[in-house]
Amino acid sequence: MTENGLLQITLYLAALLLLAKPLGLYMAKVYENRPLFLTRLLGPLEAGLYRFSGVDPEQDMRWQDYAAALLWFNLFSGLAVFFLQILQAWLPLNPQHLANVSFDSAFNTAVSFATNTNWQGYSGETTMSYLTQMLGLGVQNFVSAATGMAVLIALVRGFQRTHAAGIGNFWTDLTRGVLYILLPLSFVFALVLVGQGVVQTFKPYQSIPLVEQVSSAATAPAEQTTQTIAIGPAASQIAIKQLGTNGGGFFNANSAHPFENPTPLSNFLEMLAILLIPAALCHTFGAMVGNPRQGWAILAAMTMVFVSLLFVTWGSEQSGNPALASLGVEQSVSVNQAGGNMEGKETRFGIVNSAIWATATGAASNGSVNSMHDSYTPLGGMIPMWLIQLGEVIFGGVGSGLYGMLVFALVAVFVAGLMIGRTPEYLGKKIEAFEMKMASIIILIPAFLILGGTALAVIVDAGKSAIANPGAHGFSEILYAFSSAAGNNGSAFAGLGANTPFYNTALGISMLAGRYGIIIPVLAIAGSLAAKKTVPTTIGTLPTDTPLFAMLLIGTVLLVGALTFVPALALGPVIEHLIMNGTH
Amino acid sequence: MTPTQHKQPLFSWQILLAALGDTFLKLAPRQQWKNPVMFVVYTGSLLTTGLWLWGLFNGGDDSASFMLGVTFWLWFTVLFANFAESVAEGRSKAQAAALRSAKRDIVAKKLDEPRYNAPYVKVTSPALRKGDLVLIEAGDFVPADGEVIEGVASVDESAITGESAPVIRESGGDFSSVTGGTRVLSDWLMVRVTANPGEAFLDRMIAMVESATRQKTPNEIALTILLVALTLIFLLTTVTLLPFSIYSVETAKSGTPVSITVLVALLVCLIPTTIGGLLSAIGVAGIGRMMQKNVIATSGRAIEAAGDVDVLLLDKTGTITLGNRQASAFLPIGEITEKELADTAQLATLADETPEGRSIIILAKQKFNIRERKIHELGATFIAFSAQTRMSGVNIGERQIRKGAADAIRRFVEAQHAKFPPEAMRLADIVARHGSTPLLVADGGRVLGVIELKDTVKGGIKERFGELRRMGIKTIMITGDNRLTAAAIAAEAGVDDFLAEATPEAKLKLIREQQAEGRLVAMTGDGTNDAPALAQADVAVAMNSGTQAAKEAGNMVDLDSNPTKLIEIVETGKQMLMTRGALTTFSLANDLAKYFAIVPAAFASTYPALGALNIMRLDSPSSAILSAVIFNALIIVALIPLALKGVKYRPQNAEALLRNNLLIYGGGGVIVPFVGIKLIDLGLTALSF
Amino acid sequence: MVFNPIKPALLMLMYFSALTGIIYPLIVTFSAQAFLPRQANGSLIIDDNNQALGSELIGQAFSRPEYFWGRPSATSPHPYNAGASSGANQGPANPALLEAVQTRIKALRNADPKNTKPIPVDLVTASASGLDPDISPAAAVFQIERIAAARHLPVPKVQELVKRYTEPRLWRILGEPRVNVLKLNLALDQRLK
Repeated sequence: MTENGLLQITLYLAALLLLAKPLGLYMAKVYENRPLFLTRLLGPLEAGLYRFSGVDPEQDMRWQDYAAALLWFNLFSGLAVFFLQILQAWLPLNPQHLANVSFDSAFNTAVSFATNTNWQGYSGETTMSYLTQMLGLGVQNFVSAATGMAVLIALVRGFQRTHAAGIGNFWTDLTRGVLYILLPLSFVFALVLVGQGVVQTFKPYQSIPLVEQVSSAATAPAEQTTQTIAIGPAASQIAIKQLGTNGGGFFNANSAHPFENPTPLSNFLEMLAILLIPAALCHTFGAMVGNPRQGWAILAAMTMVFVSLLFVTWGSEQSGNPALASLGVEQSVSVNQAGGNMEGKETRFGIVNSAIWATATGAASNGSVNSMHDSYTPLGGMIPMWLIQLGEVIFGGVGSGLYGMLVFALVAVFVAGLMIGRTPEYLGKKIEAFEMKMASIIILIPAFLILGGTALAVIVDAGKSAIANPGAHGFSEILYAFSSAAGNNGSAFAGLGANTPFYNTALGISMLAGRYGIIIPVLAIAGSLAAKKTVPTTIGTLPTDTPLFAMLLIGTVLLVGALTFVPALALGPVIEHLIMNGTH
Repeated sequence: MTPTQHKQPLFSWQILLAALGDTFLKLAPRQQWKNPVMFVVYTGSLLTTGLWLWGLFNGGDDSASFMLGVTFWLWFTVLFANFAESVAEGRSKAQAAALRSAKRDIVAKKLDEPRYNAPYVKVTSPALRKGDLVLIEAGDFVPADGEVIEGVASVDESAITGESAPVIRESGGDFSSVTGGTRVLSDWLMVRVTANPGEAFLDRMIAMVESATRQKTPNEIALTILLVALTLIFLLTTVTLLPFSIYSVETAKSGTPVSITVLVALLVCLIPTTIGGLLSAIGVAGIGRMMQKNVIATSGRAIEAAGDVDVLLLDKTGTITLGNRQASAFLPIGEITEKELADTAQLATLADETPEGRSIIILAKQKFNIRERKIHELGATFIAFSAQTRMSGVNIGERQIRKGAADAIRRFVEAQHAKFPPEAMRLADIVARHGSTPLLVADGGRVLGVIELKDTVKGGIKERFGELRRMGIKTIMITGDNRLTAAAIAAEAGVDDFLAEATPEAKLKLIREQQAEGRLVAMTGDGTNDAPALAQADVAVAMNSGTQAAKEAGNMVDLDSNPTKLIEIVETGKQMLMTRGALTTFSLANDLAKYFAIVPAAFASTYPALGALNIMRLDSPSSAILSAVIFNALIIVALIPLALKGVKYRPQNAEALLRNNLLIYGGGGVIVPFVGIKLIDLGLTALSF
Repeated sequence: MVFNPIKPALLMLMYFSALTGIIYPLIVTFSAQAFLPRQANGSLIIDDNNQALGSELIGQAFSRPEYFWGRPSATSPHPYNAGASSGANQGPANPALLEAVQTRIKALRNADPKNTKPIPVDLVTASASGLDPDISPAAAVFQIERIAAARHLPVPKVQELVKRYTEPRLWRILGEPRVNVLKLNLALDQRLK
């Protein structure tokens, strides 16, 4: 724990919390259809879109209609990405003449981007044409994020409304999310990133003669004299990839790639972008339910878990690899080096920025990486994995994180409400059997996908053969993969050779079930809440905007997460940690 | 009507013995299936039994003694849960039986034939049946709801309707029905009983405590869903441990995969058996606690709703005030002194045995030390109150002393060709405007003054309302009085709001308004005209003394007919929910320690390094697992008293209540099993298991 | 009912595809190419002959003793393949990692047998992208004597060069201090403008 490290973390959190509030309030205005300064500029685009697609923006949808609209839109989205991939060789904007993508990989990627997971089974620069990146993946980065936000807003309306049949209009929520939130932010952010060195061009890959034309001896099997540098329209995509908790990189190495994340400043901004909208949405929630403190309580709970776990990752990575210490490798921190476990990390980011990113990306279901989680120390790598397993609710995906957290709030309120002798209520809505049923489904689905998927993979050869690292670490690779897919995160212990029919299919199904298996019950809760009366708050009501409630929420999330995954984690990172530190 | 409390010790030998037998009967799969959590334990027990038997002949995947030990304790877990339920049922049934046999205090004069002076037998009110004829004379309580078939009488219904003034009941017409628990003040009535006393409720209540017919309450259903979800999660966690373990053995190249017995043990320890095993006992005990308070609930849902009540509608008379008005001042007119008025008033009241009358005599004594005089010593004749004259008084020789309502006295005075002084009328008006009742006193043709009869707020009621306020419950006083009086009494009693000049329609409207704002409303009622409001209210407590219509409309009956009991009902409802919440939290918090006990033990052969997690330093893997299973079973038994008694409830705001309970049951739930499992492990080791 | 949203769903997707998939990246590209052409095209280092020497953001492989060596790269089929970025993804307890580290240590020791100082960790561990352009100042300092000897330069001169090419943290706070290996080596070769 260095002073500079603390300073960087503090600066990061301060910037995050400072920016979250104005953005959150702005987003509340967007979704409540209040006039904005951007309306004059983008209003005609919005109105044109509704005319073009024959949508009545005034229509108030029942939850079933909302879900149907969402599902059709996402289905067509997935199909579009699928067909772009399997046809890309014959389509324009493919200067590298990349081949058509295999069916299983195309399925996996289509699902991955439609579900906001952005798991990369493929390697960007060697697989996807510029057209596929832009028109397929880039578009999904926007609309899948806007979909998640729309579902959250629908749920918030459930709390807002009384005796209402509808929960809003999916088309307007989707449109406004893209037009007034994601697009303007991405545009500005993309240009800032270009300024830092992120590429944005349609030129083909560059070939440049190497400085060292003849290497010494055995390092390179075939002598290289030129370096082919992959470039492309990356900045526009990276901006939204960070902001929309997408995480699917333009390049294989994701945000560790110097063209995706060239400088400490670009890194700082990209890290900020990971958590910005999820954090801001807490304020949106507070504003929309008419009590900013409700939003604060949830944001505080998220932040506390995030910071505590960040320190675990940081501490664990900074302490380095005990195996290397015995080889005479200098791993201690000094003014001249970051030290610690530098395997799979970039020099410009060192330990602290890698740890912040890993924790944030695990927390936020972003899934982008600026270092390779597979090479993390067992405990350092366990943290992002566990954050995913907690249900992607510590910040979580845009929209999805908060709606997941609100479901946990329902569970917390349920048990706590009983403890104070009342039928539990949250924000004036009584939590009854239907809500508990839906909440149970929401908690069960990821647990089933993660544990069931891992169990399947560790008994079939198709699962085991993809493992890159031996021992308990291999188990962690598979556990991480299914956690990432089910939690719609997208990051990986990337050693796992998951671009196989088995994993493409199994993880694809996990992503689908992990996304829509949760969205549908969340919308059902929204519908059920909207139809209920609103119970007035009294002194006998459990207050949900206090530190005690934030602690209770943290306790619930951690308890459910721990109880579900402790045995699995014990056989993965925990035992790896014990063995690694025991034998050295 | 003296309240009878059916207090009984937490356990009695009869109940325990009966419960013991029941415990085994409940092993039928159909019974077990009703409780999903315990059904998993049940299935697990069957599985390990099978594995043990199989292992005896074919060699199992674990040592036979270990498998037997686990199996044994798993069955105990099931039996303990059954036992908890049986005990709760037994207690409630015993309480119900006690209630059924309890004699009511009202003695009825049951007539042999419908004639005023026909011979009668004295019977207690529960013995009355529909169609029986009873004679009710001045001073008698009406034993049951009925219809007047002969006679005219003034009846004091204040304890029930809140109306202070006596009402007239006569045969035929609109005023022919009388209500159980009211009191005939003058004259007599012959009444045909129209309803059987509250036995129907008792029967329904007894049905509720018997598991065969018991319906789960909404909240119980919601909680069960959560418990099932947790059970499924843990099922998932343990089932997948088998492939995980097989893979780990493969990759670590040491040890053997975890045995099914250990997995079942882990599963049973993790699933919320503590709350699952005690859930129905808590519900049954809640009904039992209501019965202990002499309240019969017609559904568990009603008890649960009682915990949620936001608004209490309380009748002024009988609940907030003592029900009978008390003399508070003598207001003379003209040159008459206060003492003269008091003296005359006392004379007029000597034979009046009503509480109001007594209060006049007491006030006269307090203020002027006027000694009580014997009516026969004065040679006076007592003129009783009658519905026709609406006055009472005495005749001493020539003197005709009367007291009564203003218009009655006016008629009396004017009948003697005297002038009724306007000052008397004005004074009576002033008193009425203060919310008190004016009683005029006349000596012959001369009006002496006014006695002010005031409602007296019950002692301690203000504090109770304060408690309710801290619980977040709003109190609304319902009264037939005018606004001024109502406001004065509301302020004195410390209620939050009041409804004055209440009509049944206004009451119903008030309830609907409160409900429209999302509040849950509780009320007590007894009159037939209360029925619509009772039906509308979420928690409706009918007085046992009330009409059959009221009882049908309500969802609880208070055998003591004590309206203040609503407050206790609310507390009992809260207690029931709190007990569920506390045990759920406790159950889940327990899992932490169980993981620390079982996970290192289960994989000891593959990963000895996991021993670092054995922070309790348990002796061996098998003793660790067995200790956890035993702890899990014993904790159910240990918590039976808590489930039956309920978590202690103190009126506090929600935040403080939650903090305390989280600390006790959450924090305790984390710590207790660490200690318990360690102790059991030490014991097992000592016994060299 | 269920099929009602099909038409708007298709049309919406078309509209958003055009807006966010074509118009948005085109506008960003035009703006970037207009205002930030150097960065937008890969931050190439151009020499006096207008010849690209490499990208200052993308590392190159160096294995000769007279050059500063960068981070080990795990790209395939050869290190620093900027067409296929990748990390090694070796777990911390993977014997293959220890083997690889030992090989790298041996290479460093063989290239400069006199240097017995502990080796900075970033010199023997693979970077995340396989294209890391930087090493830590400690890693640069560690190699100074070898370069000085191989190039027959006085040590202080190389030290001075390393110092010049050491980039501190941004605002003394963000990131880590680092040395751009390509630029440092180009400076050694005196090919930098």
